[in-house]
Amino acid sequence: MTTFLGMPARAPRGVGHLRGDEPFPVAAREALANAQLRRNLQHATTTIRGKSGRVIAELPDWQELRAAGSALKAYTMANLPLLLEQLEEKVTAAGGVVHWAADANEANRIVTDLVRQTGERRVIKVKSMATQEIGLNEALEAAGIAPVETDLAELIVQLGDDKPSHILVPAIHRNRSEIREIFLRAMPGVDPSLTDNPPELAGAARKYLRETFLSTRVAVSGANFAVAETGTLAVVESEGNGRMCLTLPETLITVMGIEKLVPAWSDLEVFLQLLPRASTGERMNPYTSMWHGVTPGDGPQSFHLVLLDNGRSAVLADEVGRQALHCIRCSACLNVCPVYERTGGHAYGSVYPGPIGAVLSPQLTGVADNASLPYASSLCGACFDACPVQIDIPSILVHLRNQAPHPRTEAAVMAAAAYMMDRPKLYASAQRAAKLARIAGRRGRGLPPPLNGWSASRDLPAPPKETFRDWWRGR
Amino acid sequence: MRIALFATCLADTMFPAAAKATVLLLERLGHEVVFPAEQTCCGQMHINTGYQKDALPLVERYARTFDPYEVIVAPSGSCVGSVRHQHAMVAGRNARLAARATSVASRTFELSELLIDVLGVEDVGAYFPHRVTYHPTCHSLRVLRVGDKPLRLLRHVRGLDLVELPAAEQCCGFGGTFSVKNADTSTAMLADKMRHVLDTGADVCTAGDASCLMHIGGGLSRLRTGVRTVHLAEILASTEGRAA
Ligand code: SF4
Repeated sequence: MTTFLGMPARAPRGVGHLRGDEPFPVAAREALANAQLRRNLQHATTTIRGKSGRVIAELPDWQELRAAGSALKAYTMANLPLLLEQLEEKVTAAGGVVHWAADANEANRIVTDLVRQTGERRVIKVKSMATQEIGLNEALEAAGIAPVETDLAELIVQLGDDKPSHILVPAIHRNRSEIREIFLRAMPGVDPSLTDNPPELAGAARKYLRETFLSTRVAVSGANFAVAETGTLAVVESEGNGRMCLTLPETLITVMGIEKLVPAWSDLEVFLQLLPRASTGERMNPYTSMWHGVTPGDGPQSFHLVLLDNGRSAVLADEVGRQALHCIRCSACLNVCPVYERTGGHAYGSVYPGPIGAVLSPQLTGVADNASLPYASSLCGACFDACPVQIDIPSILVHLRNQAPHPRTEAAVMAAAAYMMDRPKLYASAQRAAKLARIAGRRGRGLPPPLNGWSASRDLPAPPKETFRDWWRGR
Repeated sequence: MRIALFATCLADTMFPAAAKATVLLLERLGHEVVFPAEQTCCGQMHINTGYQKDALPLVERYARTFDPYEVIVAPSGSCVGSVRHQHAMVAGRNARLAARATSVASRTFELSELLIDVLGVEDVGAYFPHRVTYHPTCHSLRVLRVGDKPLRLLRHVRGLDLVELPAAEQCCGFGGTFSVKNADTSTAMLADKMRHVLDTGADVCTAGDASCLMHIGGGLSRLRTGVRTVHLAEILASTEGRAA
């Protein structure tokens, strides 16, 4: 890759909803104590895991598909500047307008201005991680524009004045009686006799949304894929709300991370097989909407594409970490993650929770600014196995931990341990002296901080009478 | 065959029974075991906690210590996982070390791999008259991909009643320093693992990793469950005359 003179040494880092107010262990504690949340999450993740596992097992070439998806994304990342220019050219030729946003603030400004120019005060939204990442809803509200989420789960989050806790099912932390209460409290025109029967809840949302679809003239969407070769944008979804948003309004504004690109039309074949099976456990997603610029007399007559960097170029510059940009936001890694299953998404403090969030959020913001997330994993590797594009999340976690700022005492202890372990004689005498459990008292209870986290729920074995090395010598 | 034992720092210091059992088992099968005294630790804790620079001398030490041997065995899936998947990375731009680390790694085996893939035995002639459940441990399962090798070995143990562990593939919550840095989340994971172990009615929970067993065993002991944790090597080393 060539470096142009005058190019900034570092790409700007991401801003937006990518970091929490509290470090992960503190935020997790609250979630772990919430029994209802734990039950909701366990039920939901177990169900999705089972469903996805069954449909994946139907495909004899699943591993080959994963390898193909991974290779296509690696190619895309290696050629990103060229492919993005190609996309811009194709979209422009088809009657769209392309905007480039270096970060969240710029993207929000662009979208807000575009909506203002239409004179409208309300927009309908298709579920989109990019607009969640940049905090677009808040920016629009600040400008006096009302965004209405049209994905059912996203609507539940919005009406509940809540935060999404899952990439695909943002209201996964809510059960149906909680949803009923939210609707009764916040949904305009809701029938007060609403029960918590799921079809009835869906019916209430449908009635409210239909009226909104028909009376709103601007839509904001994200994109699952953009095809550089043709300038085609694609959104996949399950409820049909996306199709409504993408076809009914007069103006469509799409905000898309620059990594969502695929080189050629035929590449969609791979991803449209991988995505539904890994994410919702469906063989094919119910709605796949694709559009190509503006078609006179059919669909939105004004189309804007906002290409968002927000830290992605910085991620791309990191040889080990750049594979995180391959993510197609299927959320399979969340559903198999034993940490996510117990803490839920809010503990991660970012719109990207779970294993991918534990790497991508600190990668986008810079790891110094999000230092607890790379440690929010036991490195069990379930995410890597589940990922449809083979992102080696455990290796990226280890890589980021190596860059994270370390607590001073911990660093000193680690250095001392390494020093000792590189000197076998010292190590052997330390072994004999280190009767850790003795210092700690009976069975390792009440260890001093930071080891007290261990001793709160686990015993340590009494140190053996002789180490292995002593036994070996005495044989 | 002449086999070099990498005892691992944890087994050497805290769980010598697992390393002793590895020696006795291999000797019983007619092999010669050597213990290079210069060995200490594979550096996994440093690497996984974000201290690759501190781990570098340990990676160098491992490569130097074990390079002279044709076959190396460790009674730990995660230490072998680190040797195989992390050592060359830690060596980084030091190409000579990286090459040496890669070569030594290709000769380093986890116990069940050694027995089945290298020595070609499934029935090691063990006797262990207990109800046992097996926890596969994440790194044996997903880094080394040992698959059902430990189970095949256990199925041949006389007297042993093997019961399947529900949700076996879920992590026990140890994760090295994860269990200290994220102690609450780790405990929640451990609680589910213990519930599954208790559901089997087994009186022994086994695994190929002393670290995970220390974690699960620490929880089981705190709760006074009466269920013991015993390393796979100890079960395989047990005979009618010599129990683990
Ligand atoms: S990292 Fe992989 S498994 Fe996780 S959301 Fe992205 S594509 Fe899906």
